[in-house]
Amino acid sequence: MKYVIVGFGVAGIAAIEAIRSVHPSPAGGGDGGGVEIVLVGDDPHGFYSRPGLAYFLTGELHDKALYPRTANDFKRLNFNTVRGRVTRIVRDQHTLEIEGKPPLTYDRLLLAVGAQAMPMKVPGAELDGVFKLDHMEDAKRILARIRRGKTVVVVGGGITALELVEGFVSHNMKVNYLLRGDRYWSSVLDEQESKIVEHRLQEEGVKLHYHSEITEVTGKHGRVNGVRLQDGKILKCDLVAYAIGIRPRVDLAKQAGLSIDRGILVNEYMQTDDPDIFAAGDVAQAYDPTTGTSIMDSLWAPARQQGRAAGLNMAGKKTAYVKSAPFNVTRLAGLTTTIIGTVGRGRDDDLVGIARGDSETWRQLPEAIVAQTGFDVNRLRLLVGEKTLLGAIVMGDQKLSFPLEKIISGNVDISPIRGKLLASNAKVGDIVADFWTSYQSAVVG
Amino acid sequence: MSLFTFLKRDADKHTVLSSGHVVPDPARCVQCGICSYNCPIGIDVRAHAWRGEPVVHSQCLTCGECVARCPRGVLRFEKTDLFVKGDA
Repeated sequence: MKYVIVGFGVAGIAAIEAIRSVHPSPAGGGDGGGVEIVLVGDDPHGFYSRPGLAYFLTGELHDKALYPRTANDFKRLNFNTVRGRVTRIVRDQHTLEIEGKPPLTYDRLLLAVGAQAMPMKVPGAELDGVFKLDHMEDAKRILARIRRGKTVVVVGGGITALELVEGFVSHNMKVNYLLRGDRYWSSVLDEQESKIVEHRLQEEGVKLHYHSEITEVTGKHGRVNGVRLQDGKILKCDLVAYAIGIRPRVDLAKQAGLSIDRGILVNEYMQTDDPDIFAAGDVAQAYDPTTGTSIMDSLWAPARQQGRAAGLNMAGKKTAYVKSAPFNVTRLAGLTTTIIGTVGRGRDDDLVGIARGDSETWRQLPEAIVAQTGFDVNRLRLLVGEKTLLGAIVMGDQKLSFPLEKIISGNVDISPIRGKLLASNAKVGDIVADFWTSYQSAVVG
Repeated sequence: MSLFTFLKRDADKHTVLSSGHVVPDPARCVQCGICSYNCPIGIDVRAHAWRGEPVVHSQCLTCGECVARCPRGVLRFEKTDLFVKGDA
């Protein structure tokens, strides 16, 4: 049996580990099960922590620290690597065409090719000095051009845009952050939370421009020297960086005639409508039997879980991917923030579709009542459903984020505290903490 | 906060540091490696986080660098009651 995995990201690596858990390699104490695994990818840097690029940009990490696996780790998993871009899937021949390489046959194929940044479509976007943050290569290019005291314009929304802002701030650049609407990440954060983030950015010296949109990047001798805004105003700058959303890399699947919506459609076994082709990670749009919908996530943990499920199913061990409450921990303007379950609604003017570190689920808020506490840096907002908590945002102090993650993902019945949570001036944090302590001791018995 | 509470809190912290170990929550981890990068004795904390295993390592100083530096709150100290009896 020959398994081919396309994509160097976490979904692909998790799939290989899963296949090897069924068919251990000689190094893993097995005979390999007559199984051949080939990993194909076009990122010259291989497998690294994509979310970690944010900390590489701020200088908290050396790039070499971003690689979670050594050559020896890979050796133990016993697979071959082909570096190259897959140009076509020939389904009836079970073959992949790869640029500059001989064709590769497969018995089972996993597409874990991820997503890429939406391009900024304005005149001048091709000028030298305009950056996105997709890959290691982008981060290196940005760092090569970062200079103390120079000016940068950042455009976009969600987590990646702020990672760019924070990266430039940490290198003492003058940062102009352009927002199309009147606040940051309006599809997920509420007004108060947006204001907390914006205020902290301003304290770091970031200049926020609301209701601002770039109509042109201007340049001289092919290099950026400014941006023109919709009101005609020119902002002088040395660099422009954008993060306006991502687009799943569905081209291969589309050309192969697989079913596609926003991503590649897969059932709960991560299988496409071709039984020998699977998809996982940012490119996959996974069916969730509990809601009957197919949702996109662009998060590390679901990508890993989906990759694992795909690998097990490919190796013949039927395993459904059970979607847990989407969950992310991130730093927004230096403030640790955990987002769990459904927390927001509506659209975000600064993003097209989904962003990295984002989940569509966060925006699909059913009827819920908000309970909140704290209006400074330590803020807690809960979305209280009929019997369960549907979502939470924990900013600053993270003591409650662990219990909340368990309460929300476990659909724990919160009837005993629902009334208390919704009372005016409720000490929401204390109520949750007490509930969690008694819940745990009841479970442990 | 009274001086007693303050000292008690400090003492509790040291008890946990000396008698506990670092436990990861893999669902939060993105394998960035800040933990391993900052470990003064070079323990690959990240690999533990991938496997969801506590950092039970004879050389771990429980210095707390990895816990403090993790930008996503993956790591926490958990007290092990191997050496401490009662409510420390």
